Amino acid sequence: MPEETSKAVSRRRFIMGVIAGGAAVSAAGYLFRASTHHGNAPLIGAGERLITLNVNGRQRRVDVARQETLAWTLRYNLGLTGAKLGCDRGECGACTVLIDDVPHYSCSVLTHTVRSRKVTTIEGLAAADGTLHPVQQAMVDQHGSQCGFCTPGFMMTIKWLLANNPDPSEDEIRDALSSNLCRCTGYSQMYQAIRAAIDAEQKGTKQELVEAK
Amino acid sequence: MTDFSVIGKSVAMIDAAGKTTGAGKYTDDFTLPGMLVGKILHSPYPHARIKCIDTSRAKALQGVVAVVTGEDAPNPYGILPVGHDETALAVGKVRYVGDHVACVAAVTEEIAEEALELIDVEYEPLPAYFDPVESMKAETDLIHENRPHNLEKDYHHVFGDPEKGFAEADYVAEARYIANEVTHAAMEPHCTLANFELDPHTGKMGRLTVWSSTQVPYYLQHKLSLVLEMPMSQIRVIKPLVGGGFGGKSEIIPLEIIAAVTARAARAPVKITYTREEVFWAHRGRPRTIIDLKTGVKNDGRVTAVACEVIQDGGAYCSYGVVTILYSGALLGALYDIPHIRYDGYRVLTNKPACGAMRGHGTVNVRFAFESQMDEIAATLKLDPAEVRRVNLLKPPTVTVNGLRVLSYGLPECIDQVITRSGWAERKDKMPKGRGLGVACSHYVSGAANSIIRSDMPHSTVNIKIDRDGGVVVYTGASEIGQGSDTMTAQVVAEVLGCDLARVRVIAADTDLTPIDLGSYSSRVTFMSGNAALRAAQDVKKNIVSAAAKRMNCAPEDVIMHSDRVYKRGAVAGDNDSEAAEILQDKEAARGHVDGQILRGSVLQTRKEEGPKEHMSFEEAVVSAIDFHGALTGTGSYAPPTEARGGKHKGGGVGPSPAYSYSAQVADVSVDEETGEVTVHKIWAAHDCGRALNPVAVEGQVIGSVWMGLGQALEEEMIWKDGLLMNPGLLEYRSPSSTESPEIECIIVESVDPEGPFGAKEAGEGSLAATIPAISNAIYHAVGVRLRESPFTPERILSALRAKKGMKRIEMTESVDPTAPVKFREHGGSLWFRGKGPTRHALDPSRQGSQAGSVAGGER
Ligand code: FES
Ligand code: FES
Repeated sequence: MPEETSKAVSRRRFIMGVIAGGAAVSAAGYLFRASTHHGNAPLIGAGERLITLNVNGRQRRVDVARQETLAWTLRYNLGLTGAKLGCDRGECGACTVLIDDVPHYSCSVLTHTVRSRKVTTIEGLAAADGTLHPVQQAMVDQHGSQCGFCTPGFMMTIKWLLANNPDPSEDEIRDALSSNLCRCTGYSQMYQAIRAAIDAEQKGTKQELVEAK
Repeated sequence: MTDFSVIGKSVAMIDAAGKTTGAGKYTDDFTLPGMLVGKILHSPYPHARIKCIDTSRAKALQGVVAVVTGEDAPNPYGILPVGHDETALAVGKVRYVGDHVACVAAVTEEIAEEALELIDVEYEPLPAYFDPVESMKAETDLIHENRPHNLEKDYHHVFGDPEKGFAEADYVAEARYIANEVTHAAMEPHCTLANFELDPHTGKMGRLTVWSSTQVPYYLQHKLSLVLEMPMSQIRVIKPLVGGGFGGKSEIIPLEIIAAVTARAARAPVKITYTREEVFWAHRGRPRTIIDLKTGVKNDGRVTAVACEVIQDGGAYCSYGVVTILYSGALLGALYDIPHIRYDGYRVLTNKPACGAMRGHGTVNVRFAFESQMDEIAATLKLDPAEVRRVNLLKPPTVTVNGLRVLSYGLPECIDQVITRSGWAERKDKMPKGRGLGVACSHYVSGAANSIIRSDMPHSTVNIKIDRDGGVVVYTGASEIGQGSDTMTAQVVAEVLGCDLARVRVIAADTDLTPIDLGSYSSRVTFMSGNAALRAAQDVKKNIVSAAAKRMNCAPEDVIMHSDRVYKRGAVAGDNDSEAAEILQDKEAARGHVDGQILRGSVLQTRKEEGPKEHMSFEEAVVSAIDFHGALTGTGSYAPPTEARGGKHKGGGVGPSPAYSYSAQVADVSVDEETGEVTVHKIWAAHDCGRALNPVAVEGQVIGSVWMGLGQALEEEMIWKDGLLMNPGLLEYRSPSSTESPEIECIIVESVDPEGPFGAKEAGEGSLAATIPAISNAIYHAVGVRLRESPFTPERILSALRAKKGMKRIEMTESVDPTAPVKFREHGGSLWFRGKGPTRHALDPSRQGSQAGSVAGGER
């Protein structure tokens, strides 16, 4: 293991990136829960309430309030409770979902902004027949989650990481995971899980290649 | 003794798949028809009398169903019988900023929040106490009237003859250490859903069901019954998955009671989930602790006496405080051999959120002081720090001077392991500039030998039922909170019954279904609940064995259950390996044959005619047992033996445990002398867990503990300003992220405890305490400054480095400054009230004359 831990990408910077990629969240909105009840200027295009979302490859019609966050819609309107709310203000990553294959904090994204985009949640990670995604399987096998509250969020981040960088270095893994917090594992068994998933994947690809020949 | 088939092997958590697919349900994932959202109004004052509360405007708001205040549930409660000083909602007085004042149940969260603003509370502010030393001087305006000088509890213990011990010493070290306050920050915010059923006969409010993220469902059931004045049998507490506890959910958190009280008033299900800020304010974490420690040693480092005075800043309520202050003293013993101990402990009330139990309860901060002082002594006497620890080892079996019984003791091996693996001897004196190694040890109880409710009832009970198809259902009150309690239970049962782990299903922590268990705290589950599971499995096994003996025409002693098979001794014994292998291979076929058919009886009939057998499948044996004995059930319970229950002195009930875990650690650290930044490169942690029932889970627990200790050592700190928390957020509180977390190498040491289930002891807490001093000792060896206040932030390190160079010391922690004003004053930076930033309540006098209408972020 390298002696120096890379601090090149700090948690804060990463998070700032994620938030900027999602919705404009003012400092006040980030610190304090904004009231969604009344008296706020309407968001552009947010007038209609019944909208269609593309979640896990399915079209879902859903009634969405004006300033509803994606986490709220997923959890309480669509019954997809896999994404967790650990802070509801862009700090912990427990609510991470993929929007157009990029991880976002769903607590910091307004549902109205993802109407024409592809949303993937933890519920959409396993294959249709229920076979776990290699990362999920590795997390099970390597004891990558303890209480499991952070796990769905991590899983989405890891999926994105491996999709973009199939063989990340240890530092790259650390940097990528710094968008999410875990309070149980000290991250170390998660690294093992990621390694195991990569190994499994690589073996899988090699086998396919052999078969193709 | 390598003959185990299930335990001792790393197995995946039995609930792991649910967690990785998002299918696992935590409390906040549940919704009930007609469910209302509860929101709580908190106090903006650290100490004030409530003159009146007017909820009429809130009640009139459309969508509001109920508003409750302290008067609706005035019965006091508290986790300790000696500390019943809390009420669900404030009655007459608030004692910290964030104290719970009223709760609104409404159809949406927004309406509930709006209603909170319509509640008018008239407060009369009182002088507040924020510093424990100041607080102890208080004569008037006490936080609790029955606690003179705001002293929750003080203990003065003398074991042996400390004066004599110090007189014998060649050298006496003395210093003050301060460990600042930290909190659990579990990823799942507290959440409770409460629902009353209507009584079918009377239509009145009937049974109550509560789903809650708790470590202690049975205590919750008990306290609910106390406050709601309902019999416990009318209350069902269900613990769904819990997203981490670390002690923060090991007592009754106000929202748990408030949800029930509000549901009763609203006559509808009510769910309350704390916001992240509220979680910080609910707190119950590790108190800021001031430790004055004095250690006498001989020239070879042998300890002759220890005197320790501890002051804990306990916050506004007792919580676990009396236990915390006792642990701090009691666990000076049982790690090393200390012949004479004097301990003075003060648990002080202040106007801040209550502190409670947190991972390593009571021991962590004192261990930081003690292990640092050991290192200072080693430096002064020019001894190897590891050697100083070795000369002070206990010689078990033994009873320490303060009455703690120690049987298994893996500390010597733990020390050897980390010293060898870290290359201590070769590397220690050749470290480059700014880099150092530090060593430290710690220990922890495997459950408290005396329960907090003084009673003789068993601490854990487990029931088992086995169905005709060989499915084993285990009912346990133990609370899985991510530590692997369900898996441990299943493993123990499968091991005893010699069956596949996959057969075992665990139903846990539902007070209607599962027998009583005290809960998941003080690292008691593996030892106590594990022992109960072991006994329950043995109980049910008796019946299987006796029936199998009849079927196989042999004595019950000759029946072996192993590898999902039941066979006659000799048929598959070690002396007959080839046959054994054959029979075991056959097991799939045997199972296929039996499945389903036996239930119809036909095959069973023919089988009976087959005559005596040599071996059979687990299902077959189960069916025989049910045929012979009727329903196949077993039960087992565990209470710690009387010899392990400690001395008779006042407070002697806290500290004793049937077994102690041991840990030794070496930290490899470098310090940037320019910036004061500490980088931890690696930590070697050896942990004696008796026997690792599931090594991968033990590793996870040890690494998690070390990592949490690392957080407390380097970054985590609750920063207070006149009773206001300055950093109630996960970014501001700074628990380490993945880029700040070093490699932690876990070394499992197995001392096989004579009383633990298969020899197992605790693994989930004991390692935490050694990490903080290991790091501070490493910092000392890196740059020569001794940090006696945690966390070791760059500011503190720079300040110490400056002091060492003779420059003026910068005092960074204002909270340490005794001259700092103790009066409450307005802070523009506060995130309170109710998440609205600097705005205070309309009736807050401190707002009078200030700019009206300033809102959150208004100054930007
Ligand atoms: S809940 Fe979205 S980042 Fe914490
Ligand atoms: S597993 Fe509990 S927070 Fe990550």
